[in-house]
Amino acid sequence: MLHINASGLEAAALNETVRRGRGDCEITECLGQRFIGAGLDRGHIAVRGIPGNALGAYLSGASIEVFGNAQDAVGDTMDAGTIVVHGSIGDAAGYAMRGGAIYVRDSAGYRAGVHMKAYEEKLPVLVIGGRVGSFLGEYQAGGIILVLGLHTDGKPITGYFPCTGMHGGKVFLRSPCKDLRFPGKVTAREAGGEDLEEIRPYVAEYCRLFGGDCAEILAGPFTCITPDSSDPYRQLYVAN
Amino acid sequence: MRPLEGQVRIPSGCAISAVISREGRCMSGEGIVASMVPMRERSNGLGGGFAGYGIYPDYREFFAIHIFFDDNSCRETCEAFLKERFDLVWAEEIPVRKIPEITDEPLIWRYFAAPLQSALRDMQVDEDTFVARSVLKINVALKGCYVFSSGKNMGVFKAAGYPEDVGRFYRLEEYEAYAWTAHGRYPTNTPGWWGGAHPFGLLDYTVVHNGEISSYDANRRFIEMYGYTCTLQTDTEVMAYIADYLLRRQGLTLEELASVIAAPFWSTIGTKPEREKRQLSYLRAMFSGLLLTGPFSIVLGFTGGLMALNDRLKLRSMVVGEKNDLVFIASEEAAIRAMEPEAEHIWAPAGGEPVIVRVREGAY
Repeated sequence: MLHINASGLEAAALNETVRRGRGDCEITECLGQRFIGAGLDRGHIAVRGIPGNALGAYLSGASIEVFGNAQDAVGDTMDAGTIVVHGSIGDAAGYAMRGGAIYVRDSAGYRAGVHMKAYEEKLPVLVIGGRVGSFLGEYQAGGIILVLGLHTDGKPITGYFPCTGMHGGKVFLRSPCKDLRFPGKVTAREAGGEDLEEIRPYVAEYCRLFGGDCAEILAGPFTCITPDSSDPYRQLYVAN
Repeated sequence: MRPLEGQVRIPSGCAISAVISREGRCMSGEGIVASMVPMRERSNGLGGGFAGYGIYPDYREFFAIHIFFDDNSCRETCEAFLKERFDLVWAEEIPVRKIPEITDEPLIWRYFAAPLQSALRDMQVDEDTFVARSVLKINVALKGCYVFSSGKNMGVFKAAGYPEDVGRFYRLEEYEAYAWTAHGRYPTNTPGWWGGAHPFGLLDYTVVHNGEISSYDANRRFIEMYGYTCTLQTDTEVMAYIADYLLRRQGLTLEELASVIAAPFWSTIGTKPEREKRQLSYLRAMFSGLLLTGPFSIVLGFTGGLMALNDRLKLRSMVVGEKNDLVFIASEEAAIRAMEPEAEHIWAPAGGEPVIVRVREGAY
């Protein structure tokens, strides 16, 4: 495995070295270098330090593991592979991803899962252990967003305006969501047995990665949010 | 000839960073300059700048006025203007380090000044008002002169260039401040002039800003009714004037300022308890022309503290961290780690949620 000390390296030079190592590498002393692992289809990248924005953008099958926090736009437009973050991540996590999985031990910022989509056999999954900011799942078109609410700072599991513009996919929040206001175009209901079976493998993987009691987490209660298919967005921009 | 800044509109991207010691402990400028290095891609070399608080303890009773001059005749005109109004106790060129990365510098001077008592009596205003009016007058009326810093025991240092080069140019390692703010600029269609770099300041209020205020012109029209003249067409200049107007002249608290410029949506106000709902509604109605729409993350500097604030939709990133008596604020966590690798409690404030850090009373 290639070892790269990123201290003083610019993003372009660091990423070129990562590509030469065919993906299998450990990066240390990372400090804000952007686009790490962008588009890679193989290998495993371990990152120590703080990776810059757009970590794993367009990821195409490689796996990335960050031992610390990550910044904005993790997994931007990723297509396949996994990103595991042993910490928190910034805004717009999983922006427009259409495949692969992102697991975050702690919390995420605003607009987690914005414009996630699914395509044929592709089903992206975004799992957040703690809480998320406002605009969770904004314009979501597909895939699964799972927020476990394991945070301990007493703040709500999500901020304002969750699922605004959502027209596909599913959001699961481990909370009864009593005080949350959802837009009229989505349906929020308590997750049932079938729903829980659907998310079980992701919860199990979260616990394998970060620890935790899978059964206890699955005991919920979970709220499942889906678009209201009887009231779709239509004729918003064009008349047909 | 290329148009000067102020003759064209300048939207901008950018990076911000700040550090403050709650104990009033002074730090050299090295750390804040280093924090801008990992965020280099957020700037494009057309503007960088810093503000330091507590840097002029020997002249703490005097207004420190930093001015760019096009040439010596502009300087002579401006000095004649200043001498009619101020007792100038010291004047000098700001010491700089000539480096190839920073070119085309104007004349850069600083003056330590006290308003003439007779002038204050004539105008029947307090000294802050007197200084603010004098600064605006120079910037509007005296061609080739631009005051870019005018508070007590603080100073702004800015230039066209990358922020880390600007920091070296101004020899910031030689200054000691209890609070620093920094900015790297990414103006996207600009002539990029020195005066247009951040921080923007009036008296001891300074603003560094990452974002793009779409309400700029509405804000400008409002604030110009109260004697401010926006000379550079940048949204950040307006924000510095808004801070001065609401805090100094209207006497609002920092929290109230945040509730004006990043007011919650009416739907959000509707969910608040009665008393808070009344207060938020009042501020939105009273100062509707000062609501800033569009993306921003800002750090407002003032004597004895800093306030960080995101727009209510949080369209720009901003994180906060701590270590002992120090509090760090930056566009990216990497910038905080560059200042303090062991920073703790890294968190991202919500949109419209002000983060106010004050130095212990008596420690600055």
